[in-house]
Amino acid sequence: MNHLISIEDLERTDIERIVSQAERFAEVSDREIKTLPTLRGRMVLNLFYESSTRTRSSFELAAKRLSADVVNFAASGSSVEKGESLKDTVLTLSAHKPDAIVLRTPWAGAAELVSRWCSAAIVNAGDGKREHPTQALLDVYTLRRRLGAIDGASIWIVGDVAHSRVARSNILAFQRMGAKVTLAGPPTLIPRGIEQLGCDVRYTLDELDSADIVYALRMQNERMSETWVPSIREYAAWYQINGRRLSPHQILMHPGPVNRGVELSGEVVDSPQAVITAQVEAGVVVRMAVLYELLAGAREPRPVAAMAGSRAA
Amino acid sequence: MSATASAEPLIGGPQPPADLLLRDVHVLDPRAGIDARQDVRVRDGLIVELAEPGTLDLEHGKADAVSDGAEGGGIEELVDGAGRLRLLPAFFDPHVHLRTPGQEHKEDLASGTRAAAAGGFGAVIAMPNTDPVLDSAPLLRSLRDAAAREARVPVGFLPAITRGLAGEQLSEMAELRQEGALGFTDDGKPVHSAGMLRKALQYQRLCGGVLALHEEDPTLSRGGAMHEGAVSAALGIAGIPTIAESTMVARDAALAGYEDGRVHFQHLSCAASVDAVADAKARGWKVSAEVCPHHLLLTDEDVRGMDTSMKMHPPLATEADRLALIEGLRSGTIDCVATDHAPHARNEKEVPFEQAPMGSTGLETAFAALHTGLVLPGIIALSLLVQRMSAGAALFALPTPTIELGAPANLTLVDLDAVWVAGEHGWESRSENCCFAGRQLQGRVLMTIAAGAIAHRDRALAMVGA
Repeated sequence: MNHLISIEDLERTDIERIVSQAERFAEVSDREIKTLPTLRGRMVLNLFYESSTRTRSSFELAAKRLSADVVNFAASGSSVEKGESLKDTVLTLSAHKPDAIVLRTPWAGAAELVSRWCSAAIVNAGDGKREHPTQALLDVYTLRRRLGAIDGASIWIVGDVAHSRVARSNILAFQRMGAKVTLAGPPTLIPRGIEQLGCDVRYTLDELDSADIVYALRMQNERMSETWVPSIREYAAWYQINGRRLSPHQILMHPGPVNRGVELSGEVVDSPQAVITAQVEAGVVVRMAVLYELLAGAREPRPVAAMAGSRAA
Repeated sequence: MSATASAEPLIGGPQPPADLLLRDVHVLDPRAGIDARQDVRVRDGLIVELAEPGTLDLEHGKADAVSDGAEGGGIEELVDGAGRLRLLPAFFDPHVHLRTPGQEHKEDLASGTRAAAAGGFGAVIAMPNTDPVLDSAPLLRSLRDAAAREARVPVGFLPAITRGLAGEQLSEMAELRQEGALGFTDDGKPVHSAGMLRKALQYQRLCGGVLALHEEDPTLSRGGAMHEGAVSAALGIAGIPTIAESTMVARDAALAGYEDGRVHFQHLSCAASVDAVADAKARGWKVSAEVCPHHLLLTDEDVRGMDTSMKMHPPLATEADRLALIEGLRSGTIDCVATDHAPHARNEKEVPFEQAPMGSTGLETAFAALHTGLVLPGIIALSLLVQRMSAGAALFALPTPTIELGAPANLTLVDLDAVWVAGEHGWESRSENCCFAGRQLQGRVLMTIAAGAIAHRDRALAMVGA
């Protein structure tokens, strides 16, 4: 594996290998000295074009636990605000010879594009509304710790699917691991044609009880001003996961940060069925496993796939 | 009395008239009913002789003055077609962006018309979404002056329907017509207000001129960067539904019918729009339509790699839409091919897909791509393609390029067997954002004669027949 750009590029065995490695790192996390020398002398560059606290700090911690050097580059307050293009920023930062670039941008496909411009391993930490593959891997990890295998499990992803990169990565990852995915949400927020990814679509939660796992998505306030739904109140009335809708046999997940009282009621967030904190914990070890997968052993400089002016054939 | 155009509508640079003997070329002009090997003599830019192959000789006894690059001077150039090279009526493109004034880093009159000539086009119509917008008579006059100096093939201009393309106030259409406007368009944008388009249609009774319409309901397309469907859903890119185009085609056809006006629908992209045009034609409304090579050959599946050259307005739609467009072109519901040649600088396109501007270049690849993708597999006949490649002229009340005695030479010489890779030797266009770049194509334009002058001569021509 040269890069982690999309779950689409991963086979089930790749996912299992990364998750198993994360489990081994989790054992280390319980020790008094949590740091491993594995990536000593390697440099991980966090390049974030969107504000992010948990994903960025999770990557930073993961890199440090493996003894890598970490450089954080946030687009705000930088040359990007002076109009520097993504390409020039990447070429400039590449002069420092990072071994990996962790990239978050508001644009679909940006991680793939950057992988053509430099020789570093690219980790997609969110490209627009397209994908967030490490979130999906940590969700698979969390479920595996809780349930063992998820073959045949029914997973409902509920909420704003249209604007969710988490949803797109998780549809692919859960299906790779043998689960059956159902999408539920307001018809305005379920993209036309998404069922061709092999999932079912529901516009109500009437059949939610058939789910083994309920994965709620964050409902962003700005969607209201764009009139995707009439009001937060009506959204909550129809799609909120609460004590009345959540059955005792179900596991509840959420990528965070939670809007209590909107997509989740307070009582389900605090219930033992919720694994939301476990997901956050999984973030560090899974990202350690991803960096390990991409960087450990790869001492040779990577070939640059194609330089300026090239295009996909 | 209507204030019809008083200026010559097409205007090009001062190229010397051609003196040529095209010996044993396979002449194909479906309108003139010719499909046979012929000798064709062009003298002083006019077709003066059509004869049985091998019967005409160079005049002045200067048989040694063969293809030496010397133009004019009364020395006749010999091109030997060896019975194999096809001589076609020059193509006509009613939809190109020459980016002048204001965006000459993308294209200018010279480079854009060189690209046209290299693609076999004998004339083009330029769009007004320049900077400033072409919406006033003085600007049109200065552009036409520039074309008279720089253009390799004649150029016609469509100024804006509304000032600044803002959709709020009509441009001075009558004065623009007197200054040589072929018609009007807000291309790049729709005329969103039905009331505004209705006023333009009413005013058309005074000044004439086709209203060419970019159809898109912005309330449906807003924020979208590609066709709405399974691919956009998988990529997480906001989609543009086909109804953004087709509902506007239907609305504006009805407006044209009500006002008995003349409209031309630009770059149709979906099956529902073809249906809307067919319906309008069946009612006898005065509508016409064009389709671009990329919509006839590519679909949203080609966007999966997020190559920004695949990002254009309207977006590449589904296979079903593509097939409906081909059928529309075959049946005549769609009148002609147009390229919507839309050059952008490399730095503008070398960005993430959602940030990139819309548009692909197309002049240099149109014929070869359509020949490769539609004619060679037997989907449409070569004669139909040739007819549709030049049919745009008549839609704007211009003479159709024809191969007949006494006609001005508007000719394209092609080698249908030549295989090449698009872009392998660079481009005549100043920009390289071509959706067909890197594809292997069959069929190459060897020579273009526009308004009687040699506008393009391929470097391979010297070798052919040798």
